[in-house]
Amino acid sequence: MSSELVTVAMPKGRIFEEAVELLRKAGYDLPPEFEDSRKLIIEVPQSGMRFILAKPMDVPTYVEHGVADAGVAGKDVMIEEERDVYEVLDLKISSCYMAVAALPSYDPGRDVAPKIASKYPKLTSDYFREQGEQVEIIKLNGSIELAPIVGLADRIVDIVSTGQTLRENGLVEMETMMPITSRFIVNPVSYRTKAAQIDEMVDRLAEVVGKEGVS
Amino acid sequence: MSKLFMFEKPQGMRDTLPELYELKQQVKKAVSSEVEQWGYKSVQTPTVEFNETVGTASAILDRQLFKLLDQEGNTLVLRPDMTAPIARIAASTLKEAHRPLRLTYDAPVFRAQQYEGGKPAEFEQVGVELIGDASASADAEMVSLMVSSLENAGIPSYQTAVGHVGFVNALLFEVLGQETRVEEFKRYLYEKNYVGFRKAVDELPLSSLDKRRLYELLRLKGGTEILEKAEELTESAEGKKALSQLKQLLEILADYDMDQNVMIDLNLVMHMSYYTGTVFEAYSEGLGYPLGGGGRYDQLLGRFHHEEPATGFGLRVDRLTEALGKEKKPLASDLCIIFSRERRKEAMNEARSHRSGGRSVVMQEITGIQQVDAFSAQFQEVQYFIGTNGNGGSGS
Repeated sequence: MSSELVTVAMPKGRIFEEAVELLRKAGYDLPPEFEDSRKLIIEVPQSGMRFILAKPMDVPTYVEHGVADAGVAGKDVMIEEERDVYEVLDLKISSCYMAVAALPSYDPGRDVAPKIASKYPKLTSDYFREQGEQVEIIKLNGSIELAPIVGLADRIVDIVSTGQTLRENGLVEMETMMPITSRFIVNPVSYRTKAAQIDEMVDRLAEVVGKEGVS
Repeated sequence: MSKLFMFEKPQGMRDTLPELYELKQQVKKAVSSEVEQWGYKSVQTPTVEFNETVGTASAILDRQLFKLLDQEGNTLVLRPDMTAPIARIAASTLKEAHRPLRLTYDAPVFRAQQYEGGKPAEFEQVGVELIGDASASADAEMVSLMVSSLENAGIPSYQTAVGHVGFVNALLFEVLGQETRVEEFKRYLYEKNYVGFRKAVDELPLSSLDKRRLYELLRLKGGTEILEKAEELTESAEGKKALSQLKQLLEILADYDMDQNVMIDLNLVMHMSYYTGTVFEAYSEGLGYPLGGGGRYDQLLGRFHHEEPATGFGLRVDRLTEALGKEKKPLASDLCIIFSRERRKEAMNEARSHRSGGRSVVMQEITGIQQVDAFSAQFQEVQYFIGTNGNGGSGS
């Protein structure tokens, strides 16, 4: 943690562009090459900030250990990772939801064992436990839709934004589990030792998020 | 389990090598000496306790306990903190001792292993417990003693946050009216989930005024002006009482001249049920985790059948050491005397005179060394007592 700059961990990929747009709207002067850069660390001294670009799943890890003061992370990652960080603000971007999906021919009565493939083993097992069902989980790192098609698992748990991927692979959504949006998260120490900068950032972001009128 | 390599240790267990040990000792000494100067007396308790007593009474969650069985089948725990064992002593063997009781400890505690680095399963804590004093003055003594310990240990740019669980409970109860709801909302604060807190507020059938009171709770963080804002939010006697205790605490801290690095944070909920009043945590800018913390726990001694107010704090030696940074210092044994058999007696006399002067001296017979140059390079000064005659040579 550098004492002058506020370090913000940004998720690469899907959420990145929306998050950058939001920061710009909040008045943070990010250079135009920000999106194209292959750098992992980008300093923006005029805004008093430094960005580190991480895998979405890793953002809460950087923030919990305090190498980043704050970050942008999906609620899916927050539930899966259970990190000790402040979830300060719903940024209301990259809105989607978690769902259970299966082949249309899926018949729960014929399960030898209820097997579910997911990138989110913890979230999945917690969800089914709350539903009173004990399931076996197969952890995959991507292309989850493949699992029921090739017979690795009967059902999958994954993020759904438009449902197109599911449809294209002949899967149907069986249950909607929970809505997902991106959150602004803050390290508990930075939340106090860099209170002025962090609070200002939260206020500016909150104003933009409110203006969007998404909720 | 795959076959262990001989160098492996159980998950989360750490070795401390000489250089780090020295640094840790300095940190512990700095904190302990400050605490002793404030009149706290040291105690030691067993590493292993009963799960049914200390295990369940401690603030540490059940899944974080190291458990084992004794020969009678009782579940034992490696002590997860020192507060519960000290509460046990205060409620039993020291029941008759004059109050307020001021005790301190310096001991390793154990938390179940986690599969991630940076979270040790055993670490040392230095802390104090002040038992039998319910006053704001006792709380203020905790905060100022913690701050002056950090000061004495040389921790750079530290910050302390002070809150009050009584205020949180009172405000939530005033607005929500039921204990179960209070628990639910307190859990959001405990989990640091402000988004969830706000959503839950939105979904409740409350007046817009009441909703605003709950939203405002999330913003009660900052300087003394926060207490005035908080005053406007609460109407209950408990809430007002909590705030007046905090106000008193701040006044006392100002008298101690220790109010500069203290901020108010009325959302600070460090535990769901353990703390009953003032709570506080210490942070350093250079470290992502709190250095330590504490608060008032007026119900703990009751669990040992001896109702009594108590307050205390604990500092983590590993984190203090990390916050200090790893300044490399040469080890204390700065003089080495290398001798041969013929001049052993002479070398011993020389060593004795240095040692009695307080200097640490390594004595090494020349035949025991494989590479003299590499060996002697570790020391600031090397003296040679070699050969059958002549004077002791000196080199560096």
